Amino acid sequence: MAEWKRKHLLGLEELSREEIEFILDNTSSFKEVLTREVKKVPTLRGKTVVNLFYEPSTRTRVSFEVAAKRLSADVINIAAETSSVRKGETLFDTGRNIEALKADIIVVRHSASGAAAMLSHHVNISVVNAGDGWHEHPTQALLDIFTLKEKFGRIEGLEVSIVGDIAHSRVARSNIWGLSKLGAKVTVCAPKLLIPPEIEQMGVSSITDNIDVALVNADAVNVLRMQFERDEANMFPEQLEYFKKFGITQERLEKAKKKIVIMHPGPINRGIEISSEVADGTQSVILDQVTNGIAVRMAVLFLVAQGAKRKK
Amino acid sequence: MQKTLVRIAHEIIERNKNAEDMVIVGIMNRGAHLAKRLANAIEQIEGVSVPVGNLDITLYRDDLSMISEQPVVQKTDLMFDITGKKVILVDDVLYTGRTVRAALTELIDFGRPQFIQLCVLIDRGFRELPIRADFVGKNIPTSQKESIEVHLEECDGVDEVVIMEHDDG
Repeated sequence: MAEWKRKHLLGLEELSREEIEFILDNTSSFKEVLTREVKKVPTLRGKTVVNLFYEPSTRTRVSFEVAAKRLSADVINIAAETSSVRKGETLFDTGRNIEALKADIIVVRHSASGAAAMLSHHVNISVVNAGDGWHEHPTQALLDIFTLKEKFGRIEGLEVSIVGDIAHSRVARSNIWGLSKLGAKVTVCAPKLLIPPEIEQMGVSSITDNIDVALVNADAVNVLRMQFERDEANMFPEQLEYFKKFGITQERLEKAKKKIVIMHPGPINRGIEISSEVADGTQSVILDQVTNGIAVRMAVLFLVAQGAKRKK
Repeated sequence: MQKTLVRIAHEIIERNKNAEDMVIVGIMNRGAHLAKRLANAIEQIEGVSVPVGNLDITLYRDDLSMISEQPVVQKTDLMFDITGKKVILVDDVLYTGRTVRAALTELIDFGRPQFIQLCVLIDRGFRELPIRADFVGKNIPTSQKESIEVHLEECDGVDEVVIMEHDDG
């Protein structure tokens, strides 16, 4: 039987294939809880989960909040814009203060890569990474992979294309680590400027700037949001130009060999990286991803809480 | 073991007059297999098919941190409404009663049954909670140095009850 010993979840790079599969195996049982009349189990009763978000986020924060509440934990949300962080408190000090409040798990999002790992070295409670800079967003990748596994029954041998701003995407990085560990073939597709050189060493099987090449053999495509608001270096093509060259449209999907499953971590930009027809179409599993996100996060909170007990 | 289960099936029907409004819920993993067998036995006796569900009580446990290995949480499978039903809760071994306590809490989150009766294959004593079984296959007095395992054909390839001495005594 698999064993889980970690009290933190910082990224998928450090997890073994067995650990990732263990989380996924647990996730389907937590999903069942969401179908009950009473959508709540007493598992984390008396535990406190603090959502510490230094970047604006609605869906990830709400998803963690719902997940924690379904497990009967108490949840406290801290948004950096309205907290002492504005008065200059460091992440380290904020973390120690949260620990002193007797919280049990910190879910942290930060714009600096490595922030969650740094925090985990300075506190004795569990840390879950909800996105650190361009580095990792492990629960998003886990929910993407869980959604694929539900759809196809396996990950091994699947051809998955990730399309969009790979360079600045923690979602892409976590997906690449997770999918390649589980034996999927990953293709990344982006404008040349948005493909970082180190991506080759991460285990992707092909890299292209031609969307039709990325789609032709794909079983699934993960469409990343183009974060135009963050394009300070002016590396992005113009929006309409991007849609013309990389936008996922029904027409493009019909040229592919398979009925491609469409994923998107949200929020979607209709008419920029994906057409409305595709986003709302029968091949889209975008809303399944949202539901699965709660189940994955329940499994993760449950497992790190158990891991913390075992470490004592 | 099969004879014991048939005997219990008769007892369940005798106590409840019939199998109407009855559902059988097994506690994962081995209680679930036993629940299925009991339902088959009841169907052969009464000609009534009794719905069977499974309960994984991991998320309701109070002692998870004491288990050395982290088990995968299994899916609870109750595809029917238990409100107003006569629920027969089934497990393989009754020991401290904590598993049954967790199962009762979980069941009640699913609805309000008419009543719940407890059925176990083995009662080995050493209760830590005020819980008793309504139907017992066999009472096996044990020492706390021993552990007792029920093996079933469905998951272990053979029907047997094994009593072992703990390594750490």
